[in-house]
Amino acid sequence: MSGTRPVLELLDITRVHGTGGNVVHALRGLTLSVRAGELVAVMGPSGSGKSTLLTLAGGLDDPTSGQVMVEGADLAVMSRSQRAQVRRRSVGYVFQDFNLIPALTAAENVALPRELGGLSSRKARREAVASLAELDLAELADRFPDDMSGGQQQRVAIARALIGPRRLVLADEPTGALDSATGESVLRLLRARCDAGAAGVLVTHEARHAAWADRVVFLRDGLVVDETGPPARVDSLLGLGAQ
Amino acid sequence: MSIRHSLLALLESGPMYGYQLRTEFEARTGGTWPLNVGQVYTTLARLERDHLVQAVSADAEGQQHYRLTDAGRQAVAGWFRTPVDRTAPPRDELAIKLALALTTPGIDVEDVVRRQRTATVQTLQDYTRLKTRADDAGDIAWLLVLDSLVFQAEAEIRWLDHCEARLVRYGAHRSEVTRTEAAATRTGHAETLSERAGARVSAAIKGGRR
Repeated sequence: MSGTRPVLELLDITRVHGTGGNVVHALRGLTLSVRAGELVAVMGPSGSGKSTLLTLAGGLDDPTSGQVMVEGADLAVMSRSQRAQVRRRSVGYVFQDFNLIPALTAAENVALPRELGGLSSRKARREAVASLAELDLAELADRFPDDMSGGQQQRVAIARALIGPRRLVLADEPTGALDSATGESVLRLLRARCDAGAAGVLVTHEARHAAWADRVVFLRDGLVVDETGPPARVDSLLGLGAQ
Repeated sequence: MSIRHSLLALLESGPMYGYQLRTEFEARTGGTWPLNVGQVYTTLARLERDHLVQAVSADAEGQQHYRLTDAGRQAVAGWFRTPVDRTAPPRDELAIKLALALTTPGIDVEDVVRRQRTATVQTLQDYTRLKTRADDAGDIAWLLVLDSLVFQAEAEIRWLDHCEARLVRYGAHRSEVTRTEAAATRTGHAETLSERAGARVSAAIKGGRR
C-alpha cells in the first residue's frame, strides 16, 4: 500500500512544558522519520527529550508545534477518539517495567488491543496465540505475568505491541530491568520484528542495545545533534571475519 | 597479543604446519587479528629454539609439521592458568587525543568527543550485525570474540559520555578560573591554565592506570 511512506514522521516538533519562569523546552524543532522495516535507536542524557519524543510519537501528548504523522495521518488534527483509535490500531508500546496486566494470561494480554479494537474475543485470542507461536512463545500463552521471567514478560509485551495490523512499536528502555543476556534476547526479538516489516523506535541509554538499530540518533537539549550513517562495511570489517 | 602462546595452544590439538596454523588461528578467532604467514614461521623457529615445539618429519607434500614438547604443553597450561596482565595497558590513542585536545588552543574537545562517540556506536552496530550472522551459524568462538569487541566499544562509549559530562562541569569552572588567571598574569604569575590542565590530565592518566 503505502510502500515508501514512513510509518512515523515527526516534523519540526517542539514541545514546551510549563509557563513563565518555569519554561522547559523539551524538544526544539526535531525531525525524525522511521520507515517500515527500520529500527531507530534514540540515545541521549536524561533531560535531552527522549521520553517526550516517544510520548508524542505515540499520541499520548501533543506537540507545541510541528506535526506527528503515523501511517500518513496527522495526530495533531484528530479528535481524541480518532487518536485513540490510531493508537489502538497502529501503535504499540513497550515499557521498562513490561506493563502486562497481572490478572490476564499472556495470550489475554496480547489479545487485549484487538478486543478493544472491536474483534470478538475468540478471534482476538486466536490471533494472540498465533502471534505468540510465531515468536516462539507458545508455551507462555496460558501463564500469568507473575509466573514468567522478566525476559519472557518483555517478549510477550513485544508480541502485544505488534499484534494485528500494528506496525509501529515504541520501546522505552525495554531492557532496563533485565540482565545482559536476557536484554539481548529482547533486542533480538525487536530486531526480528522490524526485519519482518515493523517500524521501531527504541529509547535506551545502553549503547550495546542501541547498536541493534539501523540508525542511532543522538539527542541533546531537545535536538538531534548527530546520527550514525547507513550500515557500513560489514563485509570488509575485521579482515576475514565476515566471510 | 601473544602469537607464541596462541600457536602453542593450537598445537595442543595435534601437529600442524605453518600455513595450517595461520588458517586455524584465524578460523578460531573469527579472523579478527589476521596473522601473516611470515610471523608464524618466525615464531615457530623461536619456539623450536626454546624447545617448546619439535619439528616432525615432513609429509608427502613436503610440509614441515610441528608438535608440542612436554615443556610446550606446560607452557600452554601455564598460559591458560595465568590472567592476562592488565597493569601495563597499551597506549590508548583516544585517551591521548583527548588529553591533547583539552590543552591545544582552538580545539573543541566536546566536538572531538561527539564525533568519536558516533563513530564508536557505528562500529558497535557493525559488530552487532556480525553477531547476528555468527549466531545463525552457531559459531560460538567467533561470538565470544565479537562480544569482547562489543563490550570494549560499549565501555568506550560510556567513558565518552562521562568525559562529556565532566567537560560541561569543567567548562563552567573554567570560565571562572580564566578570570582569576587574567588577574594572576597581571601580577606576574606565568603558569598558564593550559599548562596546569595539561599537567593534571597527564597525572590523572598515569594515576588511573595503576
